[in-house]
Amino acid sequence: MPKKATAQAPQPKATTPSADGIHPGSLLSITQLSLEEVSNILALAERLAGEPQSKHATLLENRKLALLFYESSTRTRTSFELAAKSLGAMTTLVSDKSSSIEKGESLKDTGLTLRALGAECIILRHNASGSPYLLAKHTGLPVLNAGDGMHEHPSQALLDLRTILSRLGKKQAATDTTLDGITVCITGDILHSRVARSNALLLPRLGAKVILCGPQQLLPPEAVDLSTGITLERDFDKALQQSQVAMMLRIQKERLAGMQIDLADYQKQYQLNEDRYFKHAPTAVVMHPGPMIRGLEITADIADGPSSAIEEQVRNGLAIRMALLVRALNGGAA
Amino acid sequence: MKSILIKGGHLIDPPSRTDRPRDLLIHDNKIVELGDPGKLNATAKKEGAEVIDATGLVVAPGLVDIHVHLREPGQGHKETIESGTKAGAMGGFTALCCMPNTSPVNDSPEITRWMLSPERNAVIRVFPVAAATRGSMGEAITEYGSLKAAGAVGVSDDGKPVLQDAIMHQALIAAARAGVPMIQHAENTKITVGASMNAGARAFRLGLRGMSVEAESGIVERDIRLVRELTTSGKGPRPHLHVQHVSTAKAMEAIRHAKRAGLHVTCEVAPHHFMLTDEAVEGYNTHAKMNPPLRGEADRAAMVTALLDGTADCIATDHAPHAVHEKEQEFEKAPNGITGLETSLSLSIKMLHHQHRMPLLRLIHLMSTAPAHIMGLRGRGTLAPEAFADVVLFDPKSTWTFNARNSPSKSRNTPFDGHTLPGVVKMTISEGRIVYRS
Repeated sequence: MPKKATAQAPQPKATTPSADGIHPGSLLSITQLSLEEVSNILALAERLAGEPQSKHATLLENRKLALLFYESSTRTRTSFELAAKSLGAMTTLVSDKSSSIEKGESLKDTGLTLRALGAECIILRHNASGSPYLLAKHTGLPVLNAGDGMHEHPSQALLDLRTILSRLGKKQAATDTTLDGITVCITGDILHSRVARSNALLLPRLGAKVILCGPQQLLPPEAVDLSTGITLERDFDKALQQSQVAMMLRIQKERLAGMQIDLADYQKQYQLNEDRYFKHAPTAVVMHPGPMIRGLEITADIADGPSSAIEEQVRNGLAIRMALLVRALNGGAA
Repeated sequence: MKSILIKGGHLIDPPSRTDRPRDLLIHDNKIVELGDPGKLNATAKKEGAEVIDATGLVVAPGLVDIHVHLREPGQGHKETIESGTKAGAMGGFTALCCMPNTSPVNDSPEITRWMLSPERNAVIRVFPVAAATRGSMGEAITEYGSLKAAGAVGVSDDGKPVLQDAIMHQALIAAARAGVPMIQHAENTKITVGASMNAGARAFRLGLRGMSVEAESGIVERDIRLVRELTTSGKGPRPHLHVQHVSTAKAMEAIRHAKRAGLHVTCEVAPHHFMLTDEAVEGYNTHAKMNPPLRGEADRAAMVTALLDGTADCIATDHAPHAVHEKEQEFEKAPNGITGLETSLSLSIKMLHHQHRMPLLRLIHLMSTAPAHIMGLRGRGTLAPEAFADVVLFDPKSTWTFNARNSPSKSRNTPFDGHTLPGVVKMTISEGRIVYRS
């Protein structure tokens, strides 16, 4: 007799891959989700987060997931792994440091190997923008983009949205007016930030105004073309004065590629510290996707203060990723 | 001695401005006579000529591509001189100028001669372009006179442009003395490190580092300045700069000014740069990854304008074959380039003749007469008596669907696979031999 919970486990639906062979359960870019799908993911995350773990402990029982990580990661990797395990799925971690990747195996072949071993979904973190598209196209499996180069981090945008909605006391749903009247300021190394891109592509669709803030080198003028509803502001104080949410970003030294940044000047101009916060946006929700460099883009008192939603972001990540895994293995339906 | 009579066709020969029904008689490897329809029948019969019925077809001088990569020596898994020349024949080409970025680099008369030896089984004529500097390292120029004597028709470091002013200055002088063009891939590689597509909003959204317009135009402007200095100094022979695959309006404008100033500057445009924009990169399509990259709409349109107004001297494909597994990589890791020999004529007919009403006479000029002239290929790019019997027969009114798998090229890396295109090549004749027939 199958257990009751097992009977409820989602089975793969007959799926129709898109013309380019990409599985509908994939999440490669935040732009591929309609607002209805975003709402469904938020609703599922809300349900999963709100119920005791025992209720969904076998939801993905015996399903096999591979975490393919070409870049080091703490929160995203652990978050996906714990999300999968809390739903009963089997996970395996493949990293570039201890696998055939080190011997020069291609991404395509690594993906095909994982598929042959029974992986039903691949969660990919990679330092090359667009790599999830390559993997999804060649394996036909649902692929979840866990951060690709300087491109996107769609699950982060969804967990950020969940955090913003809960901090602002709004329903966990997405319509084109959900965030009317809300301004989110994203500050720092926008050029190299996949988190900034995914958020800037998602939040304006819900009615939010997004201000991108940073120096010329880290915020080129073309960033304004990412989406409608985006403005650029070089003056962090001015940006803060208009914002209900202050999302801070890390300077990605590993991607600067010869660019010289005067860190002392950067700190002076763009650090979120108590003085600046209380002077310009004393009620703003403070966010940071991590990892943080305390003392550079943000000070400890703000990062750990009552306005900080940073730990909540991490917690919400678990719920969102559970929902994304269910969606992936359910043929694209959350 | 073998004779061929091509009769009933519409003959287009840019140098003589012929654009009307004419028959053509070939004897051995040369063109011997052109005549009004039916006029050559008796002569042909007397010689026992093979008769080719070209009714409904354009009969034109074989196409000349001055920028291809045949990958031999060293990278025969991508292409060989045999497979590449067969692909050329399929596209209506009878002469290909191949770039020196082989392995080893073609920087010596030995390698040039190796490329030209009969063992390579070229089905159409190959004209090597030799490296402008040893190993294409940009440090010391090669022996242009010896390279020319061995068969090289130009010098270029191709994908590794000559960046040092002093070396470029020397190269322009030495090339002028040897009587060959100095051919430059215009890219300031110091500012394109890690870049894999056109700079701009799309690159920003895709998270890819971009190549700026200035990376191209800056080198073109620098090279033109050097040509101007050498030309106006009046010392030594007049230098000839040929700019490869121009992709930006800004660089083209610099070339336009240089031409107006009477400098000997020529340039080419690749079909993909007048057909496509960086929109084709969406989805990280590595078949749209090339260098120079596909640009924005204004730049694409500027390439068409330059071809229409004569600023762009010719069309060249930059045929750059790569194996399937090399393109099936992360976008930033995948090599640059697409194949182009099979589709160049059709894409040119589609964009220039159909969409912009360019007469076929002018189009053939851009694809045969002008490129032959730029590279000094005597007896090519024309159907005049005594010219080599390099002829293409094509049906400009029919369409075909390009299936990359059916190409004799060893590679399949093209964004035009599966496209239905106008202009069907029916036959290619290289020096009197039928080398392709559809």
